[in-house]
Amino acid sequence: MAKQAKADYEACQGYANCVMGAEDYFDLDDDGKVVLLASEVPESDEPRVAEAARSCPVSALWLEDS
Amino acid sequence: MSGTVIVGASVAGVRTAQALRSQGYSGAITIVDAEEEWPYDKPALSKSFLSGQSHRDSLELISKTEAASLEIELLLGTRAIGLDVAEKLLEVDRCVPIAYDSLVIATGGRARPSPWGQPEGVHVLRTLDDARKLHNDLSPGAHLAVVGAGFIGAEVASTARAANVEVTLIDPLPYPMSRVMTPEVGDWFSRLHEAHGVTTRFGVGVESIDGGRGNFALKLTDGTEVRSDSVLVGIGSMPNDEWLTDSGLLIDNGVLCDEFCRAIQTEGIYVAGDAARLMDQQTGPSVRLEHWTNAVEQAKTVAHNIVNPGDAQIHQSVEYVWSDQYDWRIQVAGRPSHDLDQVTHGDPFVQGRAAAIFVKGGALRGAVVVNWPRVLIEARKAIARKWTAQELNDRIESLTQSVSITSKD
Ligand SMILES: Cc1cc2nc3c(=O)[nH]c(=O)nc-3n(C[C@H](O)[C@H](O)[C@H](O)COP(=O)(O)OP(=O)(O)OC[C@H]3O[C@@H](n4cnc5c(N)ncnc54)[C@H](O)[C@@H]3O)c2cc1C
Ligand code: SF4
Repeated sequence: MAKQAKADYEACQGYANCVMGAEDYFDLDDDGKVVLLASEVPESDEPRVAEAARSCPVSALWLEDS
Repeated sequence: MSGTVIVGASVAGVRTAQALRSQGYSGAITIVDAEEEWPYDKPALSKSFLSGQSHRDSLELISKTEAASLEIELLLGTRAIGLDVAEKLLEVDRCVPIAYDSLVIATGGRARPSPWGQPEGVHVLRTLDDARKLHNDLSPGAHLAVVGAGFIGAEVASTARAANVEVTLIDPLPYPMSRVMTPEVGDWFSRLHEAHGVTTRFGVGVESIDGGRGNFALKLTDGTEVRSDSVLVGIGSMPNDEWLTDSGLLIDNGVLCDEFCRAIQTEGIYVAGDAARLMDQQTGPSVRLEHWTNAVEQAKTVAHNIVNPGDAQIHQSVEYVWSDQYDWRIQVAGRPSHDLDQVTHGDPFVQGRAAAIFVKGGALRGAVVVNWPRVLIEARKAIARKWTAQELNDRIESLTQSVSITSKD
């Protein structure tokens, strides 16, 4: 089952680890806040996106059951 | 059923366990840690936790619910004391040896102890307990002497100033964070501390520390004296690898590992985080990296290689470290160094943001970025993809105007 990528924009500090981990899902805007490029995460991408989310130093990203 | 045993429940160990599960590992996972504390993350210990702005809860590396649902067993308060490689047994201080199929060494490092003694009021900063003790000494108007202007010392100076503590920052080197900075960039950071009221004593060492809490006297190598109520000694860290001395593993300022994060000449033993030191096939042992992001990326590689031994992945990452000081977010990618050419974009005191790009023979080697997230991403991608320095500079220029160039030779 596909999951949803979620972000806590207040918490995000612009470290960009998520972008390095999965740049097809995450990017930064000019203020250094994360942008979700796609929120639906198919099962095939899940491990990679989950790891990109866990590489966030302030735990601003997570996956939820949709 | 022995499964995977991970030694160290900090970021490298916990992220390895989580990555094992997300990559489909179904064996048992046990994490052993000498500390009793539920796994916590360290970067905030010199920043928001030290200042009191963030709390213990926000430091958790994994929730108890997640650990339970992923079936990750934590043996806290259990110290690893030896390893029997032939029998695949981890020896611990609290119970019978623990059998493993795969072992992950993630024992990180500890603060280098103060060579001038450590009476009450002289602190180091590595653990949660260290941070709590230091926090208690940061009362407004008190005077803190910070010995060592590396990342930790510089961050503590910044946090202490925000709490209205008087700070003297002392380092034998001529500018802060000298390990990764060059004189020009280092000068930004000297000025940053001075602009925030820190008394800097760069280029002088400490000879002795006398007295006690509330009344320390630090004698410096130039004959002068600094007085303070408390002292933070931030002079680097040492790997926790002594417990492996008799194991037969190759140890040399860290556990030597190959590009697959495997302990050299072993099977089923992996290393991740601050305890790991890469043994380069051509150039021999390289620098032991002590950055959060490196620990997480190694954890991912280790998990992949445990789950897919037939399709082992190389640990390949662009070095990356961040530091928050005052209102500056400082980010370092790759490996800047003194002997490289440097191209500077912007001035942090004028535009409030800047980037210094380090180049050798047209090849990009590293970047130091202040308050400029877009440039930081471009730099990390550029280094990862081996763009030329010119390509990166062009991209940055499209984001900016002012450029100044300094060239060696
Ligand atoms: C105050 C502070 C601020 C930092 N800020 C930043 C930052 O802003 N940016 C950045 O990139 N990095 C930062 N770092 C560095 C980053 O936190 C480390 O790179 C990271 O913690 C390394 O993780 P690790 O899991 O390898 O080891 P560690 O975090 O050192 O953890 C090792 C664990 O192993 C356990 N252990 C050790 N020996 C044994 C044994 N024999 N048996 C059982 N358990 C054992 C220890 O109790 C500990 O829990 C900071 C570090 C500190 C201390
Ligand atoms: S890693 Fe975390 S803090 Fe960094 S940009 Fe991504 S979400 Fe934001």
